[in-house]
Amino acid sequence: MVCEMETDHQTEEMDVEVLSSMWPEDVGGTEPDNQFNVEKPAGDSDTLKEVDIAEKRTMADLKRLPDLLDTTDQGSSQLTNLVKQWEYMQDHAVRLLREELKILTKQREEAEAKELKIIEEHNFESEEPENVPVLDESSDLFRRFKEKKRDKLVGRKRIEIDEEFDTVAYWKQKALSLEKMLEASTERERRLIKKLNESLKTMESHSAPVEELTQNLKRAEGFLHFILQNAPIVMGHQDKDLRYLFIYNKFPTLREHDILGKTDVEIFHGGGVKESEDFKREVLEKGKASKREITFETDLFGSKTFLIYVEPVYNKAREKIGINYMGMEVTDQVRKREKMAKLREDNAVRKAMESELTKTIHITEETMRAKQMLATMSHEIRSPLSGVVGMAEILSTTKLDKEQRQLLNVMISSGDLVLQLINDILDLSKVESGVMKLEATKFRPREVVKHVLQTAAASLKKELTLEGNIADEVPILVVGDVLRIRQILTNLISNAIKFTHQGKVGIKLKVIPEPSFANGLELNADAEEQNGLTETETSVWIRCDVYDTGIGIPENALPCLFKKYMQASADHARKYGGTGLGLAICKQLVELMGGQLTVTSQVDLGSTFTFILPYKVATSNDHSDDQDEFSDMVDHQPEPDDSTEGYFQFKPLLGSIYSNGGPVIGNNFLPHKVMLPSPVKLINGQSEAVQVENGGCMDGPRHETRSGHCPESAHQYENGNGPCHSKESESCSSSQASSEMESEFTVSSPREEEKAETVVKETSKQPKILLVEDNKINIMVAKSMMKQLGYTFDIANNGVEAVTAINGSSYDLVLMDVCMPVLDGLKATRLIRSYEQSGNWDAAVEAGVDIKTLEDKQLCVRSTNRLPIIAMTANTLSESSEECYANGMDSFISKPVTLQKLKECLKQYLH
Amino acid sequence: MDAHVAQLQMQYRNYILSLYQQGFLDDQFTELKSLQDDGSPDFVAEVLSLFFDDCVKLVGNMARALDQIGTVDFCQVGANVHQLKGSSSSVGAKRVKGLCINFKELCEAKNYEGCVRCLQQVDIEYKTLKAKLQDMFNLEKQIVQAGGIVPQVDIN
Repeated sequence: MVCEMETDHQTEEMDVEVLSSMWPEDVGGTEPDNQFNVEKPAGDSDTLKEVDIAEKRTMADLKRLPDLLDTTDQGSSQLTNLVKQWEYMQDHAVRLLREELKILTKQREEAEAKELKIIEEHNFESEEPENVPVLDESSDLFRRFKEKKRDKLVGRKRIEIDEEFDTVAYWKQKALSLEKMLEASTERERRLIKKLNESLKTMESHSAPVEELTQNLKRAEGFLHFILQNAPIVMGHQDKDLRYLFIYNKFPTLREHDILGKTDVEIFHGGGVKESEDFKREVLEKGKASKREITFETDLFGSKTFLIYVEPVYNKAREKIGINYMGMEVTDQVRKREKMAKLREDNAVRKAMESELTKTIHITEETMRAKQMLATMSHEIRSPLSGVVGMAEILSTTKLDKEQRQLLNVMISSGDLVLQLINDILDLSKVESGVMKLEATKFRPREVVKHVLQTAAASLKKELTLEGNIADEVPILVVGDVLRIRQILTNLISNAIKFTHQGKVGIKLKVIPEPSFANGLELNADAEEQNGLTETETSVWIRCDVYDTGIGIPENALPCLFKKYMQASADHARKYGGTGLGLAICKQLVELMGGQLTVTSQVDLGSTFTFILPYKVATSNDHSDDQDEFSDMVDHQPEPDDSTEGYFQFKPLLGSIYSNGGPVIGNNFLPHKVMLPSPVKLINGQSEAVQVENGGCMDGPRHETRSGHCPESAHQYENGNGPCHSKESESCSSSQASSEMESEFTVSSPREEEKAETVVKETSKQPKILLVEDNKINIMVAKSMMKQLGYTFDIANNGVEAVTAINGSSYDLVLMDVCMPVLDGLKATRLIRSYEQSGNWDAAVEAGVDIKTLEDKQLCVRSTNRLPIIAMTANTLSESSEECYANGMDSFISKPVTLQKLKECLKQYLH
Repeated sequence: MDAHVAQLQMQYRNYILSLYQQGFLDDQFTELKSLQDDGSPDFVAEVLSLFFDDCVKLVGNMARALDQIGTVDFCQVGANVHQLKGSSSSVGAKRVKGLCINFKELCEAKNYEGCVRCLQQVDIEYKTLKAKLQDMFNLEKQIVQAGGIVPQVDIN
């Protein structure tokens, strides 16, 4: 029975294990650093942390947790579960026990049957059948005895009887031994009963639920430890006032007593604490579990993000008694997520930017292409046109009758205007980008107005009266950018003519007080400055009205009138053509000059464009030498001086200046055949022009003229070796020069005008120029430029060579590099000046320059004139203009030298 | 054929514009181009080849001078830089010129490391420019071979 009981017990245990398999049995026990191990004494722990935890656990578990479990729903339900589980287990055990009992009973019955059989056999064998009836009466006892005998089957002994069978002694002996056996049997029975009682007792104690539960709880604990021991998790329970009653934290920074009984706000400070507190309260109020991510920024553990789960806790009466709270640190994840989001965002932004950029690039490319086209186009127009104008100018120097001269003058000014307009259209982009510079030149407003009208009248195809009206108080001579002003006027006038079919178109000028928009505006100051005006000089504001009696402009079209490429309506664009650029240019130009352009209009009655501009008043006493290009041309005309005239009128046909009734209308008076002759003819024309300037014979044979008039000094000093030159080289260079000219005129080039000027200059004696420069490349470039300008020069590679060259030959101009090896430009200049003053080269000799011979006669001549020396500086600190002047230089050209700079400089010093 | 020429011309224009926009060249190069005419059809190429020869020579001089560690003759380097500055300024090699200006200052300050660095930059820069201009000339050649005329490029 003992053996059976033990088996039973084991079965039971096994059953328990199966049922509670969710709690691995021995996990907790095998872990040496089991945090929850209650039995482990706190003092044993190696680290303070563990001590802490152990304490915590102890406190929480033994004092708080049972309370909690008793009072809360969860607690009671858990207990219920455990009880149920235990009951089930017990039921199961009872069932098993019963089954076992049944088996045992059955076994016993079998055993009894067997016993009987054995006894019968024994009786048969031992031949003692008479014994049976005796024992039959007490069969129960006998059975029991037999049973006991069977029980002791293992230790069964045969009773050895020495006596002879069926004797008295035999029976006596048998009775004795049987008595002994009975005694032993009784004794065993007693012991077994005792054992049974004991077994029953242990069974009772064993089946008590507390032990089971405790065991289960231990397993649960163990499992929790196993799972949670490294998890970055904080768990806690807080009461209604959000005071911690229990907390589990793997990495605590605070001790138990710092936390328990306190609220978050009392424990921590910093960002996120309030939020979490509020969140917990919210959950408590709503009674609904919820999750939230909260970033804490506390002194205690820095910046960390927690994913917090909070659920309300109810007691059995369904009253809220607090919250359970679980937090997991997700800082890294959040950071990663944010990083990802940021990356994604950046990516999107970058993509957007990229597409934007592509768009911009596309637009820029388009714009560039358009600009390029415009540039090319205007270049294509400009080149032949400059030929036309140039030839016309040359033609105007020939002997013409009055009528021819008038025609030619209009031709020139029109052509000139077209050229200017083309340039100005190109300039529009410059105005927009703010790089356009205004020039300040003196001009006569009356002449400008007259000329604009005259030009307009020349191409007039309608019966319109053009009139100009200039108030008396408008100064004779003012300073401003005449080209731009003329461009504006021409534009407005041609616009007016275009949209006027009958009546008149006119220009009215009058002086007005300074307009309000200009008061104290910095913009205006800038503009004045650009216009060459300074405050000390008298300035005057002139209002200019360009009026017509045309179709007028509807009011709604006025706002977009000054916009680029916009016309009042598509209808007009079709009917009247035009680019829609004119007014935009006008407006920008006027504003650039510090003025204002406005318009008033009435449909069918006409429009008036008004622009107000500031000008500086120029004194008229120096007006003989101040002519700008434009008035220059005007003054060439042998017409009555009209500089003070205040009113002009050009009437259709009969009122036009071409009163002879000639081919006035349209382009007929600009015969193209004449304007585009063959290159050879052009050259000849050029030569003729040269002759005229020189007062030479116009009718001389052309070839003779060319060679005869080719300037003697041209290309003479290429080698810088003084005045000796051969006939051969002369003719060679002159033919070269002419071929140059030819090519100039056949190749479309914007330099044609310059060339024309150059040709005129060549009529005077070719000046002698010395270039002092050490850089080969600079020399090469300068040489090419000089060639373009029609000059030749000698070259010196340093100051010493320069001094030597000047000693040996007479020059009209020296271009001197400042920074050179051996002897720099400044020193060389000082030596030259010293020579000019003293008439000897002593200073130079002192300075170590080896002057071989001093030619006295040249010396005398040279010493009377001051040789113009122009410095070429790189505009650095060491080559300041002040220093150049201080060392006796006359002027300076900043490097890199450009054709324009060189031209201006030569123009200034070679006359 | 015409389309081909037009395309080449467009390509040429864009290329020139890019050279200006990227700061390889400045207005002085335009000036140089305008000096070229039928009388001297290879003027630009001649000047440039002279310039690049000069570059090779001057950079070589400077490299040798800067190689004398401890006894670097900054005056000599300065003179070479000045030459190069003048030349690059004359041909409109904007970047080289800009580098030379820096270089000169470094030279005056006797800043050895700066000089060496600058020299390397100059070396790279002029070679880059040379390659770019070579491309330009090739394009010009192609245009001429295709029967077109090399367009004038208005950089404004």
